[in-house]
Order: sequence, then structure tokens, then C-alpha cells
Amino acid sequence: MKRAYDPTHSPGLGAYVALIILFLYAPLAVLTVYSFNGGNLVTVWNGASLRWFEAVIANGDIQDAALNSFMIAGSATVLATLIAIPAAMGLERASRRLGVALGSLFALPLLVPEIVTAVTTLVFFASIKLRLGLANLVIAHTVFCIPFAMMPIRARVRGMGETLENAARDLYAPPFAVFRRITLPLLAPAIWSGAILAFVVSLDDFVISALVGDAGTTTLPVYVYGMIRRGITPEVNAASTLMLVFSLILAGLGRSLSRRRTRR
Amino acid sequence: MTQRARPLLLTSPALAVIGVFMLVPLGYGLAYSFLTASPYGGAELPLSAEGYVQILFQRDFDDSLYFSPTYLLILLRSIVLAGLTSVISAALGLPVAWFIASRPARWQGTLLFVVTLPFWVNSLVRTYCWVLLLRDQGLVNMALQGAGLTQEPLPLMYNDGATLVGLVYNFLPFMVLPIYAALERLDPRLIEAAHDLYATRRRAFLRIVLPLAVPGMRAGALMVFAPALGYFLVPDLLGGGRSLMIGNLIQSAFTSGRNWPFGAALSTLVTAGVLVFLVIAARRGRVEATP
Repeated sequence: MKRAYDPTHSPGLGAYVALIILFLYAPLAVLTVYSFNGGNLVTVWNGASLRWFEAVIANGDIQDAALNSFMIAGSATVLATLIAIPAAMGLERASRRLGVALGSLFALPLLVPEIVTAVTTLVFFASIKLRLGLANLVIAHTVFCIPFAMMPIRARVRGMGETLENAARDLYAPPFAVFRRITLPLLAPAIWSGAILAFVVSLDDFVISALVGDAGTTTLPVYVYGMIRRGITPEVNAASTLMLVFSLILAGLGRSLSRRRTRR
Repeated sequence: MTQRARPLLLTSPALAVIGVFMLVPLGYGLAYSFLTASPYGGAELPLSAEGYVQILFQRDFDDSLYFSPTYLLILLRSIVLAGLTSVISAALGLPVAWFIASRPARWQGTLLFVVTLPFWVNSLVRTYCWVLLLRDQGLVNMALQGAGLTQEPLPLMYNDGATLVGLVYNFLPFMVLPIYAALERLDPRLIEAAHDLYATRRRAFLRIVLPLAVPGMRAGALMVFAPALGYFLVPDLLGGGRSLMIGNLIQSAFTSGRNWPFGAALSTLVTAGVLVFLVIAARRGRVEATP
């Protein structure tokens, strides 16, 4: 009996992984199929139809909520990215002790449970009587987007070293020219990855938007949560599926960017 | 500009934003936990430890305190469910991470993408999917009834099991990634060597792969336990009133409960617990990493 030994081959492992992938995707697939149900009841199949997608897109409240979500996510992403670029460079070039201290502080939004961030921000805004509507949520979202925007940029700064920048400085390039012509182009793919991550995380947020926001700042997840609370309807399914598809598009965009980065 | 001043200058905008809008609010939360609840939400002087007292005791009509384990049980449930989520995710994720790490390099990226893709989907949507599956008229119950296995729908939702399933579903990718990162560096020749020494597959896995995966599992537990402890949506939508976790308790104290000091006391307690857990875990990891 010939027995070529492949150390990585384990019988049944592939089947197991297939099962896990099924566990991860089946619920999303069920939702998607349900959302094409043309009937008025979620559970009774009444032929495939786009009827509920049309209802969702025509729903003015959903349009407003989606607009709020995009404005908040867009503003928070731009702010968080602009803050994260210099912070990532500073952290990677700081002394070890300072880097660890600042790094832990900047990771705080990831470490503190989301619900705590939500209620303490609520308490803080209420105490200083900050009532700026959407801007309140933009501030809250910017805070927790910063660590996500910073992650890929830090990794990139660490990976690229200072050789090229030093070469430019040796050739008498002024500091801003070094940043503009050398650092920024090298960081660009990581900046885009971080921005997409921040955008997704902001759109994903429910707890902070629900507690810190008021009647005029309902975001899409907060609105859909309210719909779910009122009852499981085909419209909820269609709205959720649209959010699902949008997330997948962003994920694909993020992946194509990170592939381009590794190819360079 | 000196070399030391530059990192501080570059990080100052982040320092200002996170300091003012994260650190200061945490301080406000701590301060509010020692105030007295206002009748319509908010809090006022005088200072009081009532928020903390309420976690363990309730007041009788004659204002005497008696021990009430309701909130303590919710705290314990949160710790147990978050712990179980970490353990189950590690057990489910380890073989997946090992499978990915042992594929040819060109497949690894694609497989990781497949495993992490659901994580990009909105967490409300991810949790809602399980409502569609588990509720009384949900797909699982319809299938069971259709197959004639049960007459009445099984109560799959609104219990600790449903919360646990939802938490594992939400956090599994967080566990696969760090275990994969640990196993990716594993030298396949170690396993060949074990085989040459007549180790069975099982033994090679237990003695070589598993010990090397432990640092990854520890890193994964850090990323799973702390967020799972305070998670709101899953216990809210799948657990309902019978499977409350601390996140639900804090949320209701600030909304319908109108008891801000109580909610602030709970927040302080959870934050302190999580930070102590993270510091201890980080210390232990560092001690074991030093040769």
C-alpha cells in the first residue's frame, strides 16, 4: 500500500469547514429568499416578487433614515481618517513607552463595551447640554471610527520603513513635499482600507446611535430596529436584504483594495 | 522640532478627540454613579451610593434593605454567556483556522475572505436573520412541524440558548482570525517529524497544533469576551425578557427605567471588570511569550 503522507491532510476536516460556512451563510440566505416573497405574510410563500423592495425604496421614513446614516457615516469617516493618518505615523515613530500608552488610549473605544460608550456619551452630552442634532452623532461615531481607520495605516507605516522618506530629505525636499510626494502615496491604499472599515463600522452601529440620537437623527439601523419591534413583516425583510447587499458591496471593495496593496 | 515632540504633535488631534469625547464621558459616568436619580431621568445631588446598593439590594416599604439576587443573576448570566461564547467560538473556530492555515498560500486569502464576509454585514441584520429562523413561525419550527417531528412549535427563542447561538454567530470570525494568525507560522515539518516518530494524526494535532494555537485562542478570547459581555442586540432580540444581559439592564436604566445613577453604577462596574480582565490577560500573555 502506497502511503504518501500529507501532514496537512485530515479526514473530514473539509466537510466540517463546509458545515461551518453553511452555518455562517444559511441565515443570510434565508433572509434573502424571504425578502422576495410577494405575499403579505412572512411565512406563506406567495410567488417571487420585487414588491417589498419597491415599498422599502418608496418609504419616506426609510429614505430619511438612510440619508442620516450616510451623512453621519460619511462625515465620521472623513474626520476619523484625517485624525488617524497623523496619529498612526506618530504612534509608529514614538518611543516604546509613549507608543504603548497612546496606543492603549486610542484602543479604548474598542475595549470599553459599546453600551457603556453609548450611555456615558449620552450622560456627557446631556450634562454639557450639547444639542447639535446630527453633529452629536457625528462626534460619537468619529470617536469609535478612529481606531478602525488607524489599524491598516499603522500596519502600513510599520511595513514601509523610513528609507524613502529619508532619501527625499537627503535631497532637500521640504517636510510637506516629503509627505505629499512620498508618504501619502505609499499610505494611500491603507488609508482607503481604513476609511472603508470606518464607514462600515459607522453604518453598523445601533446602540450608540439609538441612545445618543434624538427624534430627528434616526439612522437606518435604529429605524429598522423599530420596525422589527413592531412586528416581523416582509418589508423588514426587504429593508434588511438591501442593507445586506450594500454591506457585501463594501466588503468586496475593501477586498479589491487590499489585494491591490499586496500586489504592489 | 525634536524627535520626541513630533509623535506627540502628530497624535494630538486623536488624543484631543478621544480624550474629550471618550475619557471625559467615562469620568462623567463614574461621577453620575454616585449621584441621586432625578424623577424624569438624569441625576442630581446629593452624593449617594444608592446606584451601587441597588445592584444587590431592594428597598422595602419601611425603607429597610433586603437582598435581591435579580441583578446579580443577570451579571452572572452575562459573564457565563460571554465565557461560553469565547469557548464555543474557539472550539468551532480552531479546526477552521487549521484548515485555512494548512491550505496552499493562494487559497488562504480567499478562504479567510469567505469566513469573514458575514462579519461585514450589519449586526442588526445578522441578528434579525436568527429571529426568522428561531421564532414560533420560523423556518426551523416550520421544518420540524412539516416533518411531523413536533405538533406544537418548539420554544426556540427567548431563552439563554438563543442568546448563545446569536452571540457565537456574531463573534466566530473574531476567533478564527487570531487562531489562523498563530497557526500560519506553524512549520509543517514539525508535523512531518511527529509522523516520522510514529505519532498518529490525533496525537500530532493534540501535541503540536493545539499548543501553538493557544496564543491565538487567547488573543481571540480578548476580542470576543469583552464585547460579548456588554452586547445589546442579541439578548434584546433573541433572548427577550428571560435572557437579559447587563447591556439590556444598562440600556433600560437610561431609557424606560429613568435611573441614571443605577445604570452608571452598572457601567462603571462592567468597564472596571473588562479593563481588569484585559490587563491581566495581556500580562499573562506577555509573561508566557518571553522565552
